[in-house]
Amino acid sequence: MTTSYEIKTMDVNETQRLAAKLAKYLKARDVITLEGDLGAGKTSFTQGLALGLGITQIVNSPTFTLIKEYQGNLPLYHMDVYRLEGEDEDLGFEEYFYGEGISVVEWAQFIEDYLPDQLLNIIILKLDENRRLLRFEPKGDYYIELCKEFFENENISH
Amino acid sequence: MNLDNQKKAVNILGIETSCDETSVSVVKDGSTILSNIISSQIDIHKRFGGVVPEVASRKHVEGINFILQQALEEAKLTLDDIDGVAVTYGPGLIGALLVGIAAAKAISFTKGIPLIGVHHIAGHIYANHLVKPLQFPLIALVVSGGHTELVYMEQHNHFEILGQTRDDAVGEAFDKVARALNLPYPGGPHIDRLAQQGNATIHLPRALLDQSYDFSFSGLKSAVINALHNAKQKEEEISKEDMAASFQEAVVDVLATKTMRAVKEKGVKQLIVAGGVAANKGLRNRLMQETEATSVDLTIPPLELCTDNAAMIACNGYFLHQSKQWSKLDLNGIASLSLESAYNDK
Repeated sequence: MTTSYEIKTMDVNETQRLAAKLAKYLKARDVITLEGDLGAGKTSFTQGLALGLGITQIVNSPTFTLIKEYQGNLPLYHMDVYRLEGEDEDLGFEEYFYGEGISVVEWAQFIEDYLPDQLLNIIILKLDENRRLLRFEPKGDYYIELCKEFFENENISH
Repeated sequence: MNLDNQKKAVNILGIETSCDETSVSVVKDGSTILSNIISSQIDIHKRFGGVVPEVASRKHVEGINFILQQALEEAKLTLDDIDGVAVTYGPGLIGALLVGIAAAKAISFTKGIPLIGVHHIAGHIYANHLVKPLQFPLIALVVSGGHTELVYMEQHNHFEILGQTRDDAVGEAFDKVARALNLPYPGGPHIDRLAQQGNATIHLPRALLDQSYDFSFSGLKSAVINALHNAKQKEEEISKEDMAASFQEAVVDVLATKTMRAVKEKGVKQLIVAGGVAANKGLRNRLMQETEATSVDLTIPPLELCTDNAAMIACNGYFLHQSKQWSKLDLNGIASLSLESAYNDK
């Protein structure tokens, strides 16, 4: 049985604040995958995370360019591999996953073969126009511990 | 200036491999395109996998030598006739960029000609110079699948970014809304076509972000998705044509409002539009209307120069070459290269 943690947010601001808090728990080589429909708020979540990493630049969608890099307290590699559906194309992902920074991957199911075994998958479900349910699915001991610590320290009931 | 007729032509070879396209071009004197070969337009591309994104460096490697050869053949020149080699060094995918840069360095080194690093967006802006000389000061609206930028230029190779998107690029918003409407990819042209047949009757938000020149299209995208979702729940039918028209009007409204405000505030002579979304009829018509009664010269290049191509890189390369803004042989690809730092610090 896999452990998972759930939390509801009332609007995009609350989602971004949560992501910013999560950023404090991350370190180089951490990999987060984001699942969610169009408009669920995957890029919004990443913007919150970027803020938490002290990134002051505008973080906008990488859908077309596939990978965008930002420099904060740690580098952030923001990827959106939507355009790689059915491609089985390696764009040198390992250099990012095992690089100097934190990788956030949207539509990660399209590059499943290249993903590391351990990662934190976050599913964003739309409850209505503003409210979201975020489900954290840690894969591997490191991420299970990270989630446990995050949810306990931040007093998030789940 | 009387010597113009006797002056030897300056031929710049341009190389662009920042994202989906492998492209090589030869441009004479910064204005005459002698060749402009783009991978997606030639047969070799089909052999290597059709119209899928050519994002992987492997695909650029497979194509670059062949496309270089084609570009020289079509220009009826050899590498001995080339005066400088211009190459996109950012922004883009690092693996893809490096293929073009390696090729450019090899040519620069073996032929002893200058290497000229070009910013991809500067290239898009300079694509206009291939149609009509740039007139300063100018405002450039760069709109594509990956970019939404409002840029001010006072002189050659000097750029000031007034605004950019805070979330989705314009072209991306078109593609995502098209997907929500079950239209094929890329969605821009389909929405444009349907919009001509529909009426903008559905109220959609316009993110004007106060006095900022920044853009935001994510909220508009969500509004369309929500409207479609709500209609489905109530088992109501929403006309695709009307939704396309309403969406397009909202996008064009925001783009035109901010662009024209910048045009007036900066008192520019020319307004240029660059990038693939420049093909959008709604945007073209609106900007034509808005500039008609003014002295501002509106320039929109033909589609083949709006999308990624190497002629635009060679064109900007020419102006960098003339002012001796050359790069060293240790030029590296920079995935997140900023337009301002690429030139203004040179």
